[in-house]
Amino acid sequence: MTTEISVRVEDKLFYNRYLVDAGRAHIKVRPHTVPSPALLSLLKACPARCYELSDKGQVEVTVDGCVECGTCRVIGEPGGDIEWSYPRGGYGVLFKFG
Amino acid sequence: MIEEKFDAIVVGAGMAGNACALTLARRGLKVLQLERGEYSGSKNVQGAILYADMLEKLIPDFREDAPLERHLVEQRFWMMDDRSHVGLHYRSEDFNEERPNRYTIIRAQFDKWFSSKVREAGAVVLCETTVTELAQDAYGRVIGVRTDRHDGEVHADVVVLAEGVNGLLGTRAELRERPKPDNVALAVKEMHFLPRETIEARFNLRGDEGTVIEAAGTISRGMTGMGFIYANKECVSLGIGCLVADFQKTGETPYGLLERFKRHPSVAPLIEGSEVKEYSAHLIPEGGYNAIPQLYGDGWVVVGDAAQLNNAIHREGSNLAMTSGRIAAEAIFQVKSRRDPMTRQNLALYKQMLDDSFVIKDLRKYKDMPQLLHIQSQNFFLTYPQLVSKAMQNFVRVDGTPKADKEKTTLRSFVKARSWSGLFGDAFRFARAWR
Repeated sequence: MTTEISVRVEDKLFYNRYLVDAGRAHIKVRPHTVPSPALLSLLKACPARCYELSDKGQVEVTVDGCVECGTCRVIGEPGGDIEWSYPRGGYGVLFKFG
Repeated sequence: MIEEKFDAIVVGAGMAGNACALTLARRGLKVLQLERGEYSGSKNVQGAILYADMLEKLIPDFREDAPLERHLVEQRFWMMDDRSHVGLHYRSEDFNEERPNRYTIIRAQFDKWFSSKVREAGAVVLCETTVTELAQDAYGRVIGVRTDRHDGEVHADVVVLAEGVNGLLGTRAELRERPKPDNVALAVKEMHFLPRETIEARFNLRGDEGTVIEAAGTISRGMTGMGFIYANKECVSLGIGCLVADFQKTGETPYGLLERFKRHPSVAPLIEGSEVKEYSAHLIPEGGYNAIPQLYGDGWVVVGDAAQLNNAIHREGSNLAMTSGRIAAEAIFQVKSRRDPMTRQNLALYKQMLDDSFVIKDLRKYKDMPQLLHIQSQNFFLTYPQLVSKAMQNFVRVDGTPKADKEKTTLRSFVKARSWSGLFGDAFRFARAWR
């Protein structure tokens, strides 16, 4: 089973409930021209695929589907690539089962 | 926000936070518990298995009204390669006892119930409140917390950091380090709903009997990790986790691993036709004894996952969380009842009491295991599972080959893959780390 399996993460996130705090992203990517290896690794390591590469080759984050696991914080915060906070109280992912 | 001062503020309402707040409130302390979710449990993710013994110490009659799923009568371990698994099952009628030892639970529901007990005990529980930082005095002593509410500073004699594996407060205040990528695993999980009878038929269960499967092998593609399949009443929790450092290094995706695990021929029939109702992800502390941070200081203690208290070998975390929360509360109560201040010196009692408990004793026993499994991940999670599977197939397949030749083939495959010194070295290192 070496072939890659295509997975639509959007479909998985569709099962979840969220209360999006519009205009107050709880994760910010530091502006950059060339992304660091740590930042690039988030394109694949983020389980909600919140990180995408822009047309200009920069890493961008969209937090609407974030499941607040903290993986990107562990990888990206030490080098200053990202800033990570928790969403404001009551906002973000709302697990029904957890 | 709140003018009055509390005896203790507990940050977080998971297993550790609830155990701590409950114990403190019952001892008569004035407790404020802060939780960022809309209710206690809405941000919490776990497999999940509940160990009765540790909960009984807090709520002896929990079986009467706690939302439990199935009591476990069976435990399966699977060593998997791409097309097979070699299994070790332990099932016993002894587990069909009056007060069962382990249950599957659904955390969001269980934690909501746990929180109701905390409120009944008299703690003030405030949800939808994110604590943004610790309030410290000029000497660095923790004197309270700041929250995202209006005028959100509130004071207490001691702050209990039950903020989970990804807690920000302790690291922001430089009380402990941020978890490192090789000390935490990222696990992803789906909830697969099926009719009750279907689950019972597929997993060989009667009534409320339950089973769990822990799986390791090529499913983690050479990374340090494990998969799990837990039978609940009307759904199956299915997930897989690997070290963050390994994800970073390999470029594997967590959802790709999950998908591959679900499609494995041993797994797919168990969940066929299910309706998925949630996809979640969470970090798991995997660093063991050597990753435990400073556990107390002036005006604060840290408990549960935030303190990396997780036994990765036995897949036990929530009971260590509950126990550390309870012990921290007992220590705080003792300091308080002596009318002593909540200084670093006095709160060292928490560490002493924890050292004497199974929590630290168990973690110390396996202190070298996390590193061994990580450094040797290719061998333990890829090479050996493949070799064992081939050996088993060789053993059971009847094809006219003399048995002595079969045994030679199996032995040769092991020696070829790992060499004699490699095999003995692995066995020795594993035995030493297990001891």
